[in-house]
Amino acid sequence: MIEDISLLSIITFLPLFGAACILLLVRGTEPEVAANSRWVALWTSAVTFLLSLGVWIGFDPARADFQFVEKVEWLPGHGIGYHMGVDGISLFFVLLSTFLTPICILASWEAIKTRVREYMVAFLVLETMMVGMFCALDYVLFYVFFEGVLIPMFLIIGIWGGPRRIYAAFKFFLYTLLGSVLMLVALLAMYLHAGTTDIPTLMTTGFPAAMQTWLFLALLASFAVKVPMWPVHTWLPDAHVEAPTAGSVILAGVLLKMGAYGFLRFSVPMLPEATAEFAGLIFVLSIVAVIYTSLVALAQEDMKKLIAYSSVAHMGFVTAGIFAMTQQAVEGAIYQMLSHGIVSGALFLCVGVIYDRLHTREIARYGGLAHNMPKYALVFMLFMMASVGLPGTSGFVGEFMVMLGVFQVSSWVALFIATGVILGAVYMLFLYRRVVFGKLEKADVKAMMDLSPREIAIFAPLVVLVLWMGIYPSTFLGPMHASVDNLITTYDAALQAADGVSVATR
Amino acid sequence: MYVAAIFLPLLGAVLVGLFGRRFGDTLSQFVTCLLMGLSAVLSVPIFMEVALAGNAQTVPLLAFINSGDLVVDWALKFDTLSAVMVLTVSWVSFLVHVYSIGYMHHDPGIPRFMAYLSLFTFFMFMLVTADNLVQMFFGWEGVGLASYLLIGFWYDRQSANAAAIKAFVVNRVGDFGFALGIFGCFMLFGTINLDQMFSAAPQMADASVTLFGVEWHALTIICVLLFIGAMGKSAQLGLHTWLPDAMEGPTPVSALIHAATMVTAGVFMVARMSPLFEYAPAALAVVVVVGAATAFFAATVGCTQTDIKRVIAYSTCSQLGYMFFALGVGAYQAAIFHLMTHAFFKALLFLSAGSVIHAMSDEQDMRNMGGLWKHIPVTYVMMWIGSLALAGVPVFAGYYSKDMILESAFAAGTGLGTLAFVLGILAAAMTAFYSWRLLFMTFHGKPRANETVMAHVHESPVVMTAPLAALAVGAVFSGMVAYDHFVGDKHPTFWGDSIAYNVAGSAIAGEAHGEDAAQATHEAAMGDADAEADTHAAESAAADDAHGGGHGDVAGQGVLERAHHVPLIIKLLPLIVTAAGIALAWVFYIRTPAYPAALAARFPAVYRFVLNKWYFDELYDAVFVRPAFRLGRVLWKGGDGALIDGLGPDGMAAVSRAVAARLKQFQSGYVYHYAFLMIIGVVVFVSWRLVQA
Repeated sequence: MIEDISLLSIITFLPLFGAACILLLVRGTEPEVAANSRWVALWTSAVTFLLSLGVWIGFDPARADFQFVEKVEWLPGHGIGYHMGVDGISLFFVLLSTFLTPICILASWEAIKTRVREYMVAFLVLETMMVGMFCALDYVLFYVFFEGVLIPMFLIIGIWGGPRRIYAAFKFFLYTLLGSVLMLVALLAMYLHAGTTDIPTLMTTGFPAAMQTWLFLALLASFAVKVPMWPVHTWLPDAHVEAPTAGSVILAGVLLKMGAYGFLRFSVPMLPEATAEFAGLIFVLSIVAVIYTSLVALAQEDMKKLIAYSSVAHMGFVTAGIFAMTQQAVEGAIYQMLSHGIVSGALFLCVGVIYDRLHTREIARYGGLAHNMPKYALVFMLFMMASVGLPGTSGFVGEFMVMLGVFQVSSWVALFIATGVILGAVYMLFLYRRVVFGKLEKADVKAMMDLSPREIAIFAPLVVLVLWMGIYPSTFLGPMHASVDNLITTYDAALQAADGVSVATR
Repeated sequence: MYVAAIFLPLLGAVLVGLFGRRFGDTLSQFVTCLLMGLSAVLSVPIFMEVALAGNAQTVPLLAFINSGDLVVDWALKFDTLSAVMVLTVSWVSFLVHVYSIGYMHHDPGIPRFMAYLSLFTFFMFMLVTADNLVQMFFGWEGVGLASYLLIGFWYDRQSANAAAIKAFVVNRVGDFGFALGIFGCFMLFGTINLDQMFSAAPQMADASVTLFGVEWHALTIICVLLFIGAMGKSAQLGLHTWLPDAMEGPTPVSALIHAATMVTAGVFMVARMSPLFEYAPAALAVVVVVGAATAFFAATVGCTQTDIKRVIAYSTCSQLGYMFFALGVGAYQAAIFHLMTHAFFKALLFLSAGSVIHAMSDEQDMRNMGGLWKHIPVTYVMMWIGSLALAGVPVFAGYYSKDMILESAFAAGTGLGTLAFVLGILAAAMTAFYSWRLLFMTFHGKPRANETVMAHVHESPVVMTAPLAALAVGAVFSGMVAYDHFVGDKHPTFWGDSIAYNVAGSAIAGEAHGEDAAQATHEAAMGDADAEADTHAAESAAADDAHGGGHGDVAGQGVLERAHHVPLIIKLLPLIVTAAGIALAWVFYIRTPAYPAALAARFPAVYRFVLNKWYFDELYDAVFVRPAFRLGRVLWKGGDGALIDGLGPDGMAAVSRAVAARLKQFQSGYVYHYAFLMIIGVVVFVSWRLVQA
């Protein structure tokens, strides 16, 4: 039935097909090309999103294993195949990617004026890479998508970015490449040991403890850069600041989730002993990330940088949650990622709205927007509160579950990361006050118009989702239970099987 | 009916919030007032059914968070405690809604204001009807949001924005404790549903947990953490600094949120969690100390402030302190009783102050007032009623509730209870003093305002004075009417099991609070003996005590019963000091107005210390606020900039460039070539190790 029609492959490669159409079929004068490229990209991504809803509908939440599986031999006899599938952990990341892409394309509608065709192509290729990465069940396939994401992103920042875009693009590329190379080494080592790159098989392989340690470190180098964890986070603020709005949205919304997703897909199930061994280190890095970057966010004068630093702090919750390995913490971490994907994406869109009007991100240039942009003030307020983790918004559920879960494992860690909740309120409210409240004095700020219908259309689904996720999270938590439960049970069993020492260190 | 009463204000807030501009001011006011009024009307049958008829019930709404053992639903829990809160909140809120029509009529943001008020009321309802801690937290943070929005309502003003952020952040500090308390509850009970926790509490009485590297008596640490949350919301000493600044908001907001309802959420929470607190005597001791200290501290500051709203704000802070030490000695019912009466008379005082400010063209400094009573007689009378109720003059509401608290503190028979009693009496004297200081400075003497202002002084319209009159009725009669049910003969049946019934001077409360647990048994016996001794003294001293009926055998009974039997002098003492306070105020501000200045000049250090609110703001600013911003800068420029980027990408690039400069004959000179070489090196190293492994 639905499984027979290779739905995941269709979703993955439809955007690529759309990109090809734009490249090959769109002809005419420059304005025509731009307009047609926009429409093709929007339609492609919208249809992709609708199709991806089919995955959600057809998904059986009671099952812990992979669903919608497609498996084709790729290099016969070498254990490397084209293997796709989703489980409760990856399902919503696929949806997040397909949901954000049309929004990004809409957000770039007027902001991008040069090389529109190439921009849209880059975005659709990016979507293919993202979706493919979350669906891939073969390590080689995963690696191709995981690295492939870098290329369109590199171009988006490097071509359509701000004045320091070249520096930012290279910093972004160097950092992530360093990790990727180590990941490739880990891939080879795993392949040599297990004779296959099939992810479900690797999960049950059981690598020797000493090897696990090195594999874990190699993977950590890659994933930590993507998350990003402190201290390899400094590429993020630069990349965000220079990226065009839609680039920031995807960067914060989806790309940051790749690292944490990697932990859940590779590190934890394949290397349980090393995971237990390094949990303490991750906790410390998470705590530092939360407190350090929150403090740094306080001092920012650039809106995008502030939100970028807040992203690092929020991802600190995620990494702490994953390595606490309790049901609430892991589900909370996944939920926090989804919520952060929506909320930080929305916050970057909020910055984009006023950047489009005044062409500056400097906080001090604004002030008093509540007077002339009341709708904008309301929307921004909602997302700010979601970012702060106000109950009733999506931000609360993930944060709360992570802290509750972590508390059961280590009250110290919970205590420290909970300070992030206080600091988060300080820097976000302070930002909002300086931008939206206060007297409306500057002439050019006075002239700014409130949200256009197109912008309202962009924000409306995000608003609905933030409230929905905050008030009735069961919709999204339900499909996670079986897979997360399975992850934890297997992990615990693996630790039980290992020697008593590693159990004790947990 | 239950659901409607809770959600009507939300409906009003959403309608007016989204379509207020299209509705226009009048329709916005009408919609919010109507829906709020309906909700208030509905709260009456709810109260009768739930509290008077004793049919407590829980209305389930929707699943909320569900993960592993953590199962949380949206549900409305109606028992006597929540019914009392809903009744009080809805009526005060409705009256404030109506009053706001008059008070805000010049303001351009009327729909927004009305929407915020209704939104606040909804969150407050969710808080008090929560059947689990997460939903309570939802309401808790929600009222915080509404408070933030309303304090910063006039967002043009720098001071209002600063106060709004301060309120939110200081509350967040408290919420941090609250959240940790919730996690602790889940750790201990495996659930955060209130009923399940309460029924499991007795088995957990001796449980211990290891948190933060220390082994604690489980319920004690949990209750202390929860209480930190209560301290933030209810502005107790240490986390009180936001409340006076919150007066930047429009006066109806001060009345509703920062006097009558939201700030009492902490009191409500401790009463709600009383089945846990009952097993945590050390935590109760903390509550007593913090409450008593706040009651005293805030009263001292209240005596020196000159902003009419700030005086009342400190008064609120002080009264909340009373409620907390009542909770701490186990007189939960008395605390809620005072919460309810206080809601009426404090809202009355604030709205009257608002009426004064309105009449004085937005002047708030009492040094610029005086001689107003002839011009605004209705407001004057209202202010008198409010002050009489606040000071606890007989017949008025505060007399019943405040005296009950003081008597309970005395009757607790513990060292801390007595301390609370002494500080409470001192605070009562100061309460009377600053209340009449306010009355005299504002309404009597010669007018100190300039002539243009004085020419404008006018009585407020009916839409403002009618709510005042309604609140005045509450301020006069609520104590008298509710006495029997709340703390008198009928209180056990009235409260049912919605609040822990402090059974004892005996089992738990009798043991000296906070003492070493090892001595508990011994001291429990001693405590009982003390209690009995008190009882006998009480019986002889107050043989014809009006409240005494039906409580002959008091040994082993709750602190409330024993409170009815304290010696007569204890019952009279609050009245005496109140009279003294009023007299002193008369001497200082009517007979010889030179005295206050002379006194301040005589003890300048003390005066400045108190005038500057014990320097809490300056302390926090120096210890937390400025260092945090400075540290943020240092970490940014130093940590991220110099250290990480310096050694990382930029450093690598710089090194590469330097090397390249020397070897450029046979090097290409591109940065990424070198980075690539370095990566190769790392790859070789790791590969080598992996092959070895």
